[in-house]
Amino acid sequence: MTGTGRLGISGLQISFGSRQVVSIEELRLGHAEILGLAGESGSGKSMTTLAILGLAHTVGASVSGSITLDGQELAALPQERLREIRGRRIAAIFQSSATAFNPVYRVGTVVTKALRLHGASKSDAADQAAEAMRQVLLSPDLMRRYPSQLSGGQLQRVAIALAVALRAEILLADEPTSALDVTVQAEVLDLLRDLRESVGMSILFISHDLAVVAELCDRVAVMRHGLIVEQGPASRVLAAPAHPYTAELLESVPTLASPL
Amino acid sequence: MIESPAVRPPRTGVARGRELRASLGANPLLTVGGALVLLIVLVAIFAPLIAPFPGDAGTATNPFAVLKAPSAAHWFGTDQVGRDIASRVLFGARVSPVIAIIVLVIACLIGVPLGLAAGFLGGWVDEVIMRVTDVFLAFPPLLLALALADVLPASLTSVTIAIAAVWWPWYVRLIRGQAASVAGRPYVEACRALGISRGRIIFRHVLPNSVTPVLVQVSLDVGGVILTASALSFLGLGAQDPVPDWGLMVAQGEGYFTPDWWLVTFPGLAILLTAFAFNLLGDGLRDRLDPRRSFLP
Amino acid sequence: MLVFVARRIALAVVVVAGVTVVTFVVAHVVPGDPAATWAGPHAPAAAIARARAFLGLNRPFAVQLVSYLGGIAAGNWGVSIHTHRPVLSDLMTAAPASLELVISALVLAIVAGIPLGLLSARRQGRPVDHVVRAGSILGISMPIFWMALILQLVFSQRLKWLPAAGEYSPGLLFSHPLAKRTGFPVIDSVLGGNMPMLGSTLTHLILPAIVVAAYPAGLIARMVRAQVLDVIGDTHVLNARALGFGERQIFGRFAMKLAWTPVTAAIALVFGYSLVNTFLVESIFDWPGLGSYAAASIATLDTPAILGVTLFVAVAYVVANLVVDVVQAAIDPRIRLR
Repeated sequence: MTGTGRLGISGLQISFGSRQVVSIEELRLGHAEILGLAGESGSGKSMTTLAILGLAHTVGASVSGSITLDGQELAALPQERLREIRGRRIAAIFQSSATAFNPVYRVGTVVTKALRLHGASKSDAADQAAEAMRQVLLSPDLMRRYPSQLSGGQLQRVAIALAVALRAEILLADEPTSALDVTVQAEVLDLLRDLRESVGMSILFISHDLAVVAELCDRVAVMRHGLIVEQGPASRVLAAPAHPYTAELLESVPTLASPL
Repeated sequence: MIESPAVRPPRTGVARGRELRASLGANPLLTVGGALVLLIVLVAIFAPLIAPFPGDAGTATNPFAVLKAPSAAHWFGTDQVGRDIASRVLFGARVSPVIAIIVLVIACLIGVPLGLAAGFLGGWVDEVIMRVTDVFLAFPPLLLALALADVLPASLTSVTIAIAAVWWPWYVRLIRGQAASVAGRPYVEACRALGISRGRIIFRHVLPNSVTPVLVQVSLDVGGVILTASALSFLGLGAQDPVPDWGLMVAQGEGYFTPDWWLVTFPGLAILLTAFAFNLLGDGLRDRLDPRRSFLP
Repeated sequence: MLVFVARRIALAVVVVAGVTVVTFVVAHVVPGDPAATWAGPHAPAAAIARARAFLGLNRPFAVQLVSYLGGIAAGNWGVSIHTHRPVLSDLMTAAPASLELVISALVLAIVAGIPLGLLSARRQGRPVDHVVRAGSILGISMPIFWMALILQLVFSQRLKWLPAAGEYSPGLLFSHPLAKRTGFPVIDSVLGGNMPMLGSTLTHLILPAIVVAAYPAGLIARMVRAQVLDVIGDTHVLNARALGFGERQIFGRFAMKLAWTPVTAAIALVFGYSLVNTFLVESIFDWPGLGSYAAASIATLDTPAILGVTLFVAVAYVVANLVVDVVQAAIDPRIRLR
């Protein structure tokens, strides 16, 4: 179950001043594993993402505890080292893909800039960017477009392309499909599955939508008020929840069978 | 979605008072600006009592005390006809800010109705008003004020009229934006559908929404008007002797400038301080009332 | 893009036409008889009458207006009553000095204002921020004529570091004559390889440029700070951080690129404002620009000249706005895609 943990969180506490918002005893993400982090809005899921990236301070939060990447302790690293890791080894995509891109830059520019930031040469960057676009099933021509000229689904794919291009080992996906309609959602989920298969990417999939989590994830951790109330294999947790809150969440998912 | 740490205190009386004090402390601009402005207003009101030589602000002259450097008797020295500069500077606080207020009131009286009409009625009314406004906005304020003040007899009234004539277009633009955005909202359509007259809609909905931006813009503009008015007076187009207008005093002192530096320094400092105070206040108000809007600079 | 530019130009032309009409109306409220001024003092009635006919002043107002409008478009800006020369050529002689000053001041303002604004934004809430903010507000509150006098006093008279007035040292004209090509002393010095003159023009430019730059610098610093802070909470900044970009790049490159649009708008606004500000200080620094020309025209009630100056400034302002609009559209795709 735990295996060769790629990303390990232990005793993580995130606070705003004296107010603690997240307290995670133990959370592990293994190689080529998709771990779902489920819970309602405000349960602390997004703060966890920020903490992993070492960006909690940008919203004024303080972090304590251990976050390890392949055994290396991240919490103690200085910002310069963390910047090398961000994007390159741990990538992140967010819900609002439309606003996640700077409106005055062409999307391709963002990709090539990111590649060059992490050491690629000018020509390599262009090639790798185009290759990544193809891998997310987008035409490289779209790189010349501005964010306002692409759909939500396309933008989300470009965001994933960034992770692919940078060959990130871990992808933190914070509600990536919540703003998309169902058919587009399915495509993005397929893409994530492919990434896991083809390059062995580990994905932390954060969502309030249990139906999507059920479909995609190998393991699930359920979060409530900053605490993990239950975690385990998806099939087990979602079929036979041990914690009453998980059961509550499951109740609220509409199915074809339940009466409206 | 990032969880933001908004800790909202309860809206009870005591807590609100604490919150207000805390926010004032967190907003140094507002407090410092407000305090300075208050000081200037008090000086203006109590000038006759504070000034050591109140007569000097009027027609008194002292031929034996001409061009004296700053001393214990005359803190800011005396001018070319022996008047105490400190007293004149203090009385000057009655001149500039008052002009600014009058100008801005006029600007609002003209600008607000036009802006409402343009924004709310739209169509060709909007087009016409906006083109006219564009033309007036094509002149930098001082230029048109200069031309106007030039053709009118030199006096404070002329300066006031000239600047007001130049300032109103900004308010048309400002209100128009507000009116147009409100006019497009669904609840306004609902009101129209219910048969409520446009006039009522403007009064009940558009106007209240516009008060804040106008208030902020006015407080930001006071400094600008004061600078423009003193510039016009400096050029001789405004106040005439013996009115203790700061700009005029600088102009009068220019001729004696190099040896007798105090004639120019102190009145100019007063202009600077007053404009500074009002700008601080305006900035602080904007931060407090509507931090996310971008206003006309 | 071309459509955008064409529309903007058309709009500008309309505004200029309106400006001309307004200026014409205002200027014809000027007291005094232009014909009498033209004919000169102590002129007999017949001469004045002839002057009136010559100047076309006996035609109805509307006709005069239309003829003036047509003349402007054709390049005939009237003849100065005082100098008896075409107004346009007078303006062309005086303009470079003012433009040189305004442009230098704006360059100074941008070079100082933008980095300071960025610094202030990055270190928001800390002492540096407060200092820069106070400084910017001080800049926009500065009575420019007073600042000119004070700086002159301190740096010219007392410290003797910088020259007090003029565009260059008149004495140099004998040893190193300046060949006038563009009318801009600095450029002409460079073009003529006239090094001593170049040094002189530059040192003479420093004080006036600093004075005129105070307001724009303060304004630009404030705008940059406000715009950058506005943007910094947005998701794309988070995204950039998550990709590993450093704070320097995020503030300086990404946030700044978004800030350019309102900042360039502010620059256009402040160009016209600064041009008029230079008028105020030209008499103090003996600067032979449009301000001095305007002052002389006002003193002699030279209507065509007054008209010409006002029109010139307004047109310059409209053109500046037009240029900025186009530049904005080039940088910020949101504007041309609208």
